[in-house]
Amino acid sequence: MKPSDRRSFLKITGASLGIGVLYSAYPAALAQGRVGDMFSILGRQNGEKVTPFSFVQLSDAHVGFNGPPDPLGTKAFEHAVDMINALPRRPDLVLFTGDLTHDTEDKDVHTQRMRQFLEISKRMNVPAIKYVPGEHDAGLDGGALYREFFGESHYSFDHRGVHFIALDNVSCAKPEIGSEQLAWLKKDLARFPKTAPIVVFTHRPLFDLRPDWEWFTSDGDDVMNVLSAYDNVTVLYGHIHRDDEHETGHIHHYAARSLIFAFPDPTAVTAPKKPIPFDKDHPFKNLGIRTVNVNGKSAPGAHSVAIEDVELTAREFRGINGVHQLLRNPDV
Amino acid sequence: MITTNARKAAFASLLSLALIALMVSSGANRAHADDIPVVEITAKRFAFTPDKITLKKGQTVKLRLHSEDVTHGFFLRPLKLDEEIPAGQTIEVTVTPQTAGTFMTICDHFCGANHGNMTMTIVVE
Repeated sequence: MKPSDRRSFLKITGASLGIGVLYSAYPAALAQGRVGDMFSILGRQNGEKVTPFSFVQLSDAHVGFNGPPDPLGTKAFEHAVDMINALPRRPDLVLFTGDLTHDTEDKDVHTQRMRQFLEISKRMNVPAIKYVPGEHDAGLDGGALYREFFGESHYSFDHRGVHFIALDNVSCAKPEIGSEQLAWLKKDLARFPKTAPIVVFTHRPLFDLRPDWEWFTSDGDDVMNVLSAYDNVTVLYGHIHRDDEHETGHIHHYAARSLIFAFPDPTAVTAPKKPIPFDKDHPFKNLGIRTVNVNGKSAPGAHSVAIEDVELTAREFRGINGVHQLLRNPDV
Repeated sequence: MITTNARKAAFASLLSLALIALMVSSGANRAHADDIPVVEITAKRFAFTPDKITLKKGQTVKLRLHSEDVTHGFFLRPLKLDEEIPAGQTIEVTVTPQTAGTFMTICDHFCGANHGNMTMTIVVE
């Protein structure tokens, strides 16, 4: 059987803890018999065999933001860092999906905000942190200051057999990837087989979630056309300050909560978007850490030669309850 | 020393330029006189003025969009509007709404801290 006949190989599970998202990626069926052969084949084709690991997604810290609705500044972000450092299993990666800082036209002030973001971010005791910009980081200057601090705004890397792609849909000021980046994406993916596990992380949704709230990417369909040739693609994004799960064809899209304030359900509101009011009794309510546990067990019903679909199961624990739940349940 | 002939030639050149300018101007006026209503909209951080206009379904209108400061966007998918208004400039776009309803137009060119609230309403009756 050709590798391209198999639809997937990777399972991603998740749980939300109140300040971000921790994902774990692992072969859904352990490498035994023909399945083991398949992982070997994929390993050769992808350049690296898939092995279990976990990673965290954080988003929308908006360092420098002040005023309503959130009077807490960087507290949720710092809380997220503490929680990640307290995880029973250290994640391999943290992916930060944009709006690291809040914009300002004063370059010196924005520089200070970038420095403050990095100072907090680097407290995370993880091997690697990867970033993409949000429009508040890069929309006013085409991403010049962002690149001074964080390097290129679109890039890719491989980790334990999974191909990660950072896409920038903010630096041209409009919600757009652009033809140049799209050409780069096609070239970047050209070396991978159809079955390659791919995680795309970006800021804005790559589909029309709510265009009149600017929750879209104008050429997102072009990106999806490129990605849809691959069987195992997960897209992680931020921008919308709330959980969301969506499918375009066989591609799954997941939004992370923010670390500053939340927006309401776009399907339930017809008026212009307004943040959810701050709740002083539950200061981290609706903000997000989403974590994912690693269990490495075969999924029920997985048959011997199949490699599992990419999927994500979110269990949400909000606010302080989330912290307590995390402490009570070290497997999370 | 400037001769009389040279002065005449210079005058003739100026006259030609003036005539060309007049012809261009007249052409523009003819375009405006073709019964297409013109709606003026000004964009300035972080609002459109007016913030609400009403159009008639099936009637073509020309939107004259002017930016008073930085570059702004003018995006409304149901009316297939996706315009860029360069800083300090004016652009025109013609639209014929085909669907009645109330639509929110947004600036989709990031223009600053309150960009997310830069919207206006277009009602199509």
